[in-house]
Amino acid sequence: MVKTDVLVIGGGPAGLAAAISAKKEGADVILVEREARLGGILKQCIHDGFGLVRYGEKLSGPEYAERFIGEFLELKIKAKLLTFVTSIEKNDKGFKAALVSKEGIEEVQTKSLILATGCRERTSKQVFIHGTRPAGIFTAGTAQHFTNLLGQLPTKRCVILGSGDIGLIMARRLTLEGAKVLGVYEVKPTPSGLTRNIHQCLYDFDIPLYLSHTVTRVFGDDRLTAVEVVKVDEKMQVISGTEEIVECDALILSVGLIPENEIAEDLDVEIDPKTKGPKCDTHLMTSVPGIFSCGNALHVSDLVDYVSESGETAGKYAAHFALQFQDADNKNISSYTGVLGDGKLVDIEIGDNILYFVPQSLNLETDLSSVIVYFRSKDVFDNSKLKIKVDGKVVFEKKYAFLRPPEMEKLKLDFASFGITDKSLILAEVEVGVSE
Amino acid sequence: MNKEIVCITCPRGCIMKVTQEKDDLGKISFQVTGNFCKKGETFAINELTSPMRTICSTVKTDFKDVPVLPCRVSADIPKDKIFDVMAEINKVVITEKIKRNDIIIKNVLGLGVDVICTSDMLN
Repeated sequence: MVKTDVLVIGGGPAGLAAAISAKKEGADVILVEREARLGGILKQCIHDGFGLVRYGEKLSGPEYAERFIGEFLELKIKAKLLTFVTSIEKNDKGFKAALVSKEGIEEVQTKSLILATGCRERTSKQVFIHGTRPAGIFTAGTAQHFTNLLGQLPTKRCVILGSGDIGLIMARRLTLEGAKVLGVYEVKPTPSGLTRNIHQCLYDFDIPLYLSHTVTRVFGDDRLTAVEVVKVDEKMQVISGTEEIVECDALILSVGLIPENEIAEDLDVEIDPKTKGPKCDTHLMTSVPGIFSCGNALHVSDLVDYVSESGETAGKYAAHFALQFQDADNKNISSYTGVLGDGKLVDIEIGDNILYFVPQSLNLETDLSSVIVYFRSKDVFDNSKLKIKVDGKVVFEKKYAFLRPPEMEKLKLDFASFGITDKSLILAEVEVGVSE
Repeated sequence: MNKEIVCITCPRGCIMKVTQEKDDLGKISFQVTGNFCKKGETFAINELTSPMRTICSTVKTDFKDVPVLPCRVSADIPKDKIFDVMAEINKVVITEKIKRNDIIIKNVLGLGVDVICTSDMLN
């Protein structure tokens, strides 16, 4: 059986950053990736705009990924490509993973585990569209895979449902390649994607955006021939009489991303219903000591820069966790409580107008003086204020001219100065209607 | 003249207002508000005078495992040249292994920018 300190599942931007960071802390690292190449979804994200926060440059997805891949290879980190995880179980030495590849089945024993499994797109099955089952209904990511990796244009004339960023990016991409994008239909009254993408991907190409609209039916036998679009009211209920038939050969869905956490769930990692990712402390350790989460598996980010950043945090502390047991091979890791899991965790509750807040808890025995937090607002707000309260007292506040759910906010907080004890009630909330 | 422009320079997406003014000598100047940084002002003025965009696309290859290779323009091009440059990109077939940053089309359409490869996938 192969032994390692840190096992990273997933070779996208989060996994790459995590593996690099763990290796730099002195840990032995193995990374498992199911595809033939490292880079994850960035391989097909050929558009630019990646790395602005991190490098101050507008890189394309492959360029951004290859910077990390370059460093990963330089550090001679072991990568197992075209390899699937079939099961992971907890044992007294940490975790045992069963891997399957062309070479057969292999077991890896690791002290800590980083889940960098990314997210999945919501499919047509999850948005309840009636009708036949013709070809031509794709998620935006699938259309992107066809166009950018296989070089095959999946549509000549399409409708896009949902205004998520990948849908907007694909509206532009398909238009550039000669397809006609008839419109982007969004059920909510506000767009889901970044404002700049609405402008540079839709308005630049005169692609209409229909807010408070949705697709209710699809038509066609072998191939999609048309869809039915309707207007919806404030409660997102269909307004009858507004039905319209739009002829098209494809329906492209950009209706949300969901963190992929099957492995975490199998290992009884507690999942936050708000983020749909593991509940984590400031080291990005989950409720199971030794298991760390990062990237889009932790919570769906709108910028890859934040995905890499969380990967680095998870990698660093997964290495620290593993290295505690370096000279104690016989020590029973599963019964270890040490710095974590001994009741010194304090949850950060979320109050008004906040969709989610990461991390979800603070470990009082760790350094809390410089904690990176991410949050999203529940709605579009002008002139609002983030407030952190400890036992009802405001300990931190920050004004925001705009808060929009699609645009995640990041800040660094000094929780150590907030006088937090294990009995404290910590609350994060957004106050709206603050005067300038 | 008063125009609302959304900055596409970074994900912040500032919503800016641009006012165009003409002085007595006929000289045109612009007043930009709502921008968070200097880049926003430059972007807003360019939008009204000579809008520029970048293009990212793919080029065909002869390699079975990598049927297309990602590429982009090395610097922004005029917005109204987007589809002309796309037509040039779609004429190319890569037959030899090239690297990231290698030039695929030099000085495309005489615009002073190159189309460059953005991946080391062939290596």
